[in-house]
Amino acid sequence: MINIDFDNIEQSQPTLYDTLASDVKFLNTPHFELPPNANPGDFLRETFDHPSAPKALEFAHGTTTLAFVYGGGIIVSVDSKSTQGPYVASRSVKKVIEITPTLLGTMAGGAADCSFWERELGRRCRLYELRNKELISVAAASKILANIVYSYKGYGLSMGTMITGWDKTGPQLYYVDNDGTRLHGQRFSCGSGSTYAYGVLDTGFKWDMNDEEAYELGRRAVYHATHRDAYSGGAINVYHVQKDGWKKISSDDCFKLYQKYYNIVPINKPAN
Amino acid sequence: MSIMAYNGGACIVMVGKNCVAIASDLRFGIQQQTISNDFPKVYRINDKCFVGISGLVTDAQTLYQKLVFRHNLYKLREERDMSPRVVSNLLTNMLYEKRFGPYFTEPLICGLEGPDNTPFISGMDLIGASVATDDFLVVGTMTPAMYGVCETLYKKDMNEDDLFETISQCMLASLDRDALSGWGAIVHVITPTQVITKKLLGRQD
Repeated sequence: MINIDFDNIEQSQPTLYDTLASDVKFLNTPHFELPPNANPGDFLRETFDHPSAPKALEFAHGTTTLAFVYGGGIIVSVDSKSTQGPYVASRSVKKVIEITPTLLGTMAGGAADCSFWERELGRRCRLYELRNKELISVAAASKILANIVYSYKGYGLSMGTMITGWDKTGPQLYYVDNDGTRLHGQRFSCGSGSTYAYGVLDTGFKWDMNDEEAYELGRRAVYHATHRDAYSGGAINVYHVQKDGWKKISSDDCFKLYQKYYNIVPINKPAN
Repeated sequence: MSIMAYNGGACIVMVGKNCVAIASDLRFGIQQQTISNDFPKVYRINDKCFVGISGLVTDAQTLYQKLVFRHNLYKLREERDMSPRVVSNLLTNMLYEKRFGPYFTEPLICGLEGPDNTPFISGMDLIGASVATDDFLVVGTMTPAMYGVCETLYKKDMNEDDLFETISQCMLASLDRDALSGWGAIVHVITPTQVITKKLLGRQD
């Protein structure tokens, strides 16, 4: 008979160093479980193409977001509608992502992809700040994101985003999308309503606008996009980026704006 | 994307006490692009019968024109208007004629029939499988939301004012959950003596 002394089984306890090392290694970059396949992108596509496969969820696919640089800084203006096909899932989504107190990102495409990777970008920007004792440039921050999404190219990420901020070189605006495109520019718009927004933005743009005019231009451009585009709407959030960081300017419901712009009084006006 | 949802649209009919109501949204779009926001999907056949046709707008217009043509012939021959039940049966047969190449539309028929103005509503699928109920019917791109509010707010034997209020609230509430319908609505309440028509101001996004 074999006697086992259960009280004295030797366990290989990891040392504190081992625990910390594995934690640090794990925290260093996000890890994802991948399908057991040589090419996860193709695997996912084939799986969801199968006739009896569940529908691949794409949240917040319809969107209007825009950002532009003018004399007084940068304006970021977005809608807040989230749809799954024709179903309106929400009218109160925050599509401006506050990456750090000096950096803003916008959300178009997959909501989960945008919010996760821009949060991850925020973490890396904070680490950069702690290591280097200075704020990260917008160029560097946007390139971190572009490199991340490029490393997942073909895996089915869906995001179109503007990264804005004010660094040593002044106001900066970058466009980054899921196939790895990274563009520096003065005016960008993204999402299903972007063509309408560009139309208003390009006709109304003046470099020497005052701040109020700039807010109104951003708001109007997105408003008219929400009117024409079925998948944009809800409320319009406007942010202003200046030397000392970003500031939220306004959040206006599209229906209130419609009543204001076209002077339409509701039939059943509330008593107050 | 389904061809039935190509243009978007929503339509509700409801029965009240000695009255019926029909409502539709006002959007006409091509997939995600809104072309018009003054485009009712409800058509008057006569003072006691209206039809609402959702689905592909080109087919809805053709179907309506053919229906008016048949209604005019009927009037010449019979010297009276078609009753809603007759309109419903006619539509069923017109749709089934195209069984193997259908009109991509789902019509709703409503009206008052007979000497004592009995309410009548019916609806059918795109090849004419008709169903007549005594409460309400919905068609459009967001029927789950429409059924939800209608089941919640509908009561039997409403008078014409309550019926108007109920169908309006059902319409506006369900349009808020549909990206392809909305931009305002139109409501007709058919009573034995008159047709009350009102436009509703809705969200424009």
